[in-house]
Amino acid sequence: MTERLVQRNYYGKALAELARTRKDVVVLDADLADSTKTSEFRKVAPERFVEVGIAEQNMIGVASGLAASGKTVFASTFAVFATGRCWEQIRLSVAYPKLNVKIVATHCGISVGEDGASHQALEDISLMRSLPNVAVVSPADAHQAYAATFEIADREGPCYMRMGRSEVPVITGEGDGFEIGKAYVVSDGSDVTLFGTGQMVHGCIEAAKILGSKSISAQVVNVSTIKPMDVGAVLKAAKSTGCAVTAEEHSVIGGLGSAVAECLVEGYPVPMERVGTMDTFGESGTPRQLFEKYGLTPKDIAAAAERAVARKSRD
Amino acid sequence: MRGPSELSRIADCLRLDVINMTSEAGSGHPGGSLSAADLMAALYFRVMKHRPSDPSWDGRDRFVLSKGHVAPVLYAALAEAGYFPRSELPKLRKMGSMLQGHPVRGKVPGVEMSTGSLGQGLSMACGIALAAKMDGKGHRTFCLLGDGELQSGQNWEAAMFAAHYKLSNLVAVVDRNRLQIVGCTEEAMALEPLADKFTAFGWETVRVDGHDMDALVKALEKPLGKERPRCIIMDTVKGKGVSFMENQAGFHGRACNQDERKCAVDELKEAIE
Ligand SMILES: Cc1ncc(C[n+]2csc(CCOP(=O)(O)OP(=O)(O)O)c2C)c(N)n1
Ligand SMILES: [Mg+2]
Repeated sequence: MTERLVQRNYYGKALAELARTRKDVVVLDADLADSTKTSEFRKVAPERFVEVGIAEQNMIGVASGLAASGKTVFASTFAVFATGRCWEQIRLSVAYPKLNVKIVATHCGISVGEDGASHQALEDISLMRSLPNVAVVSPADAHQAYAATFEIADREGPCYMRMGRSEVPVITGEGDGFEIGKAYVVSDGSDVTLFGTGQMVHGCIEAAKILGSKSISAQVVNVSTIKPMDVGAVLKAAKSTGCAVTAEEHSVIGGLGSAVAECLVEGYPVPMERVGTMDTFGESGTPRQLFEKYGLTPKDIAAAAERAVARKSRD
Repeated sequence: MRGPSELSRIADCLRLDVINMTSEAGSGHPGGSLSAADLMAALYFRVMKHRPSDPSWDGRDRFVLSKGHVAPVLYAALAEAGYFPRSELPKLRKMGSMLQGHPVRGKVPGVEMSTGSLGQGLSMACGIALAAKMDGKGHRTFCLLGDGELQSGQNWEAAMFAAHYKLSNLVAVVDRNRLQIVGCTEEAMALEPLADKFTAFGWETVRVDGHDMDALVKALEKPLGKERPRCIIMDTVKGKGVSFMENQAGFHGRACNQDERKCAVDELKEAIE
């Protein structure tokens, strides 16, 4: 059994660590500290934790002012509100002046479950990726979330990081570290590359097993930074396997699928299939039921891979 | 016409539904549903003109649930009023159910607008009220807001708008239970003096005990003026009606477990009988 851990708990752990070691770090939250786990920072450094109330737009503006005054600012809430509610505030007050604000969102994707479509962010990567100067980080598991928190704190400038609500399988080692801008080859294969991000990397690993039983050799790549995209790694993978599948807990419009497609179309076009939500809102249900209905399971990734492989000879 | 004691009894029935629905779902927001139950009973069983058998009747009063997380109490009121069978209630938040975690327009008979992201409902209600004025129609629009929700700036854009366009057919009701997720509103981001804020924005402001049915109905039924929108700030108790849930921030977004459910159901049943 693969170990499963909740990413946001590890974000909280990293923040508590930063509270002790980095006096320049200030954390903001909008009435969701116990959910986003910024409460862990509040426990250690209450004087540098700022509750803004249910006011996400104001939170971003305040974050930019703090950053303009030398602070390293983390601002957290659910992904829908963190990116959608205050997108233009992020654009003008954070991205444009390249301020040192880290927008770290939890409860991304359809695995939010029972709360339903209003709370399921399936557009956040797209929204953040389109903003100049903003790095977009999407860790695959809790260890990556932990390590990435320190990396984004160290990296000067705006950053968006997304994590889910529920526990996700652990696929990296505790001390593996995290490099912003690097795509990690998880396992090698020769027939197709499965590019995954977030908890879908685990889905890709499972899909590779299904494909293996059908004598299709799949390479798995963890695209834990969506922007800046590791163009070299994407092209190298496409050249070695000749076709690609992307898998994300996000709309296929504007997210990982789009980012990889842009890269491949310009650099080395190969047959490609996208797994993600297909231009639709989600609904209430358990994460498992929703993954089934919206086509996000390892089986769906494997089926997409078979389609991509078949197109190699046809296209 | 139903009197205060009958309405209070209906409110407790809605509370019972809320406890059962959220426990059945294993998630949801009981605290703010219970604080709003008296209002929902007053609106749907006395104050609002509406036809459960004809949800899109043009002459109906409109209700916008801005604090969409208390969908359970809205669904309970709609089912009790006859918009759809009560057998739908245990399906709350389950796969395939029309009763989504947060209200969805077009999916549930009687739900006017999609909400769940706080701070947006009052603007929607302004639009509905403005359309009624443009078309010379007599229906009213009611909008239920959370107190924590009022920290969101869009509310105040809407408040300014409503007064500017003299939306006297609009009634905003604030569920002043003094709690949000992190705890006391006044510690998180102080709202007081709240009535003064609405008054300063050009609203007629009324303060009422949200669990005094007689007073609540009077405030809701007071004839509307010609100029100003009305804001009813109702002082309430989050978790009202279930002693161990009252004034507990912890029951904002957590359903009762089986033991708690039993206690809550017993207590509410006793109140109903
Ligand atoms: C824009 C937005 N930010 C955050 C949330 C998460 N959230 C859901 S309920 C809630 C607290 C609401 O408090 P209040 O308005 O006082 O409601 P009540 O006490 O009546 O339940 C929060 C922060 C949300 N739904 N929408
Ligand atoms: Mg409240």
